[in-house]
Amino acid sequence: MPNRERTDIAFELNGRSVEVACHPLTRLLDVLRVNLGLTGTKEGCGEGECGACSVIVDGAVVNSCLVPAAQVVGCRVETVEGLVAHREGRALQAAFIAHGGAQCGICTPGMLVAATCLLRRRDRPTPAEIREQLAGNLCRCTGYVRIVESVDAAAVALVDGREEPSS
Amino acid sequence: MDDARGSSDATTHSDAPGWIGRDVPRRDGHDKVTGAALYVDDISLPGMLHGATVRSEVARGRIVAIEYPPEIPWHELVVVTAADIPGPNVVKLIERDQPLLADEVVNHCDEPIVLLAHGDRELLERARRAVRVVIEPLPAVFEIESALAKDVVIWGEDNIFRRYAVDRGDVDTALRDPDLVIVEGTYETGAQEQMYIEPQGMIAEYDEVRGVTVRGSLQCPYYIHDALMSAFCLPAEQVRVIQSATGGGFGGKEEYPSVIAAHAALLARKAGRPVKLTYDRVEDVMATTKRHPSRTRHRTAVRRDGTLVAMDIEFVIDGGAYCTLSPVVLSRGTIHAAGPYRCPNVRVRAMAVATSHPPHGAFRGFGAPQSIFALERQLDRVAATLHLDPAELRRRNALRQGESTAVGQVIGEAIELDHLLDAALTQASWDERRATFAAHNRTTQGPLRRGIGLAMFFHGAGFTGAGEVHLASVARISAHPDGTVRVLAASTEIGQGTTTIFGQIVADALAISMSRVEIAQPDTALVPNSGPTVASRTTMVVGDLLRRAALQIRGVLADEAGLGERGDAAFARACRRYFDAHDELVAEARYQPPPGLAWDEKTFSGDAYAAYAWAVYIAAVTVDLRTAEVVVDDFVAVQEVGRVVNPTLAAGQIEGGVAQAIGWALYEHVVWRNGRVANPQMTNYIIPTSMDAPEIRVSFLPAFAGADAPTKGIGELPMDGPAPAILAAIEHATGIAGTGIPFLPEQLLAALEGSG
Repeated sequence: MPNRERTDIAFELNGRSVEVACHPLTRLLDVLRVNLGLTGTKEGCGEGECGACSVIVDGAVVNSCLVPAAQVVGCRVETVEGLVAHREGRALQAAFIAHGGAQCGICTPGMLVAATCLLRRRDRPTPAEIREQLAGNLCRCTGYVRIVESVDAAAVALVDGREEPSS
Repeated sequence: MDDARGSSDATTHSDAPGWIGRDVPRRDGHDKVTGAALYVDDISLPGMLHGATVRSEVARGRIVAIEYPPEIPWHELVVVTAADIPGPNVVKLIERDQPLLADEVVNHCDEPIVLLAHGDRELLERARRAVRVVIEPLPAVFEIESALAKDVVIWGEDNIFRRYAVDRGDVDTALRDPDLVIVEGTYETGAQEQMYIEPQGMIAEYDEVRGVTVRGSLQCPYYIHDALMSAFCLPAEQVRVIQSATGGGFGGKEEYPSVIAAHAALLARKAGRPVKLTYDRVEDVMATTKRHPSRTRHRTAVRRDGTLVAMDIEFVIDGGAYCTLSPVVLSRGTIHAAGPYRCPNVRVRAMAVATSHPPHGAFRGFGAPQSIFALERQLDRVAATLHLDPAELRRRNALRQGESTAVGQVIGEAIELDHLLDAALTQASWDERRATFAAHNRTTQGPLRRGIGLAMFFHGAGFTGAGEVHLASVARISAHPDGTVRVLAASTEIGQGTTTIFGQIVADALAISMSRVEIAQPDTALVPNSGPTVASRTTMVVGDLLRRAALQIRGVLADEAGLGERGDAAFARACRRYFDAHDELVAEARYQPPPGLAWDEKTFSGDAYAAYAWAVYIAAVTVDLRTAEVVVDDFVAVQEVGRVVNPTLAAGQIEGGVAQAIGWALYEHVVWRNGRVANPQMTNYIIPTSMDAPEIRVSFLPAFAGADAPTKGIGELPMDGPAPAILAAIEHATGIAGTGIPFLPEQLLAALEGSG
């Protein structure tokens, strides 16, 4: 039974060191949700299409359903639960609430994670750049209009130096 | 969910002029942006097992044997078959034709036959694959035409679940009138997958004393409650259904969750432990319901000036192997089939037929998008035949106040569809772009063609006819000594903003702040039956029940505790005073039809809906002739929906619906292979991404009935207009008049090559 062969996987998760005993091919998504109990990261398709399971690994957005645990050994992993510790994350969370960027909410953690990466890289992304960054994150509720608006509003708030609380 | 955390700036000013019409941020926003909201797959119960479903790989046949090969330790697994169902083996809905688990025969691919449970998901999956169901195939039916031809009869005597007929005036005489122009057309729409991003799932517990408890992803708690009472022969108080945070529904979580809930509960009952039964994406797409495919034939008699004289419409939908909700879908499609137009002679013959597909079911719009697609494409054909501007044809025939729809409903409202049309045409620069695109297309040497097209439509809100009367929905509010109130309703938050809207309506009626209003999570042990969360009825119907219940509370507090002023402090004082002498303060409202509303189901005529939303949508597209790729560049959506409760949430509904309809029109192709979905993945069933969806310019006209107008349902409306508008725009760009959707590049390319 492959999943009986456990090994220790150590990485940094939302700024803290964690260590998990699991098979090295366990999906990072399952490590987060099952082993570590962080259920904010969602599974929508299990094949890297929908982006609901997006997390940040060493600064890049990845689909955690496609990443084996062994690949994140020694990496810095960030999930939706860690966003509140960063100004981009807080600004985006506030903007998604204020501008209708979240409806059913199942794609929202992945959207926020993907948008966080963009705002760390670009101060004022254009709507086209926002749409491109989020092209790997499917939403079935919003038609994306208010998601793009939310990311734009968060970018403006950050440039203006407004540190919006998340609630 | 949690009121204190959900509060924000906008929810603290209780002395402001009221809550209706304000952009209150959604109450569940905080939990959703932090990852704290718990969806069914995020929930675990102690000792919980996982469930799995063994399904038919054959579309139709007789079950000869179910074999359990010895390589699996079957004694470790919980195995459930039809024999384990305590009550009747029926999914209780409209007809009693669908079994919870197939027993002697299977009637569609992926029909459930055996259920398994185990704590180890890997072993469970190996076991699921190992079960061998031996099925002796029977002939199956996959096309609407072959179902109608009765080559093989698979349901009843004639493969027809339901028929409806609309007869108004004298269609045949008009069709024979030599002075009229007769235009004919046939239109088809394909199945569409709801593709909510959260797949379906349920967790069930079973206890001999408490009975069945299920929690999960769902739209209609009391549908499930009813289905479980039937399947387990339990009284109402021994069945409890709790909604967990739900990641989208769009109708897809209306009827199928009853099946999953019953399956999970059967496993839990046999296991003596909680069981979680969640579907992965592939299983969800293959097994659960989709939008009904349709085929519509039109014959239209029209004067040379564009005046509609007669419409002869045959509307057929593919219901799949079991009846499920097909009669209701058919009914709505039939009533919308002649649109918001004045036409003295209308005949509609509508049928829902049985095929060997998995049952089709509820999906946003519920039959109306199908019949409206056909009508609007037909009207474009009429306009082209008469060399009339498509907008002008609509203008000449648009209903006016005091005129009646095809089923004879007199529109009493002061509708101004002219004004609605003008607003949309102006916003979209219709005349100018019609001309400049045409000039560009005539003169360009390049591969890109531009086009602009429109659709005019209406959508009835709430249940059809006497449906709301039969539902007799109830909603309840309790007030407490600390001046807070609690909303008790079965309406579910599935992303559309139910909890926020209810909060606004109740806070507004009580003149208190939103933070004083708690919305109870739908749980059948707590909330009354407010009816299902479907048919664009939540804000309009249940919201109004809550408004009435809130006014009762206010009345009691005014009479017995001196409540006069607005605001939290006055309300809390009055509550304290009231509770000095009483133990509880609960108000309840039950649905009552608006006076004078009458629907006759036998003649299929009368007042079909309590309210209609009205809309004109305009799409602009670019078509690349090299690839036949269609890009929607611009989308204008203008509608009248009565009073808008929350502009941001309302616009979000329209935008999301438009994007789904763009997918239905251009991308979303369910590929059937011998009755089975061949593309059940997000990789090969394509929904719009942020790169595909255009800017969507949404506007709401001031309510026709004035500033104090009631609100109308809007959830389904935006599904109706985009597909015909987009195909009209493609026709404007290329001259190719598409009659079927999804209109894929390969079809457009073939048509372009065929047209030389």
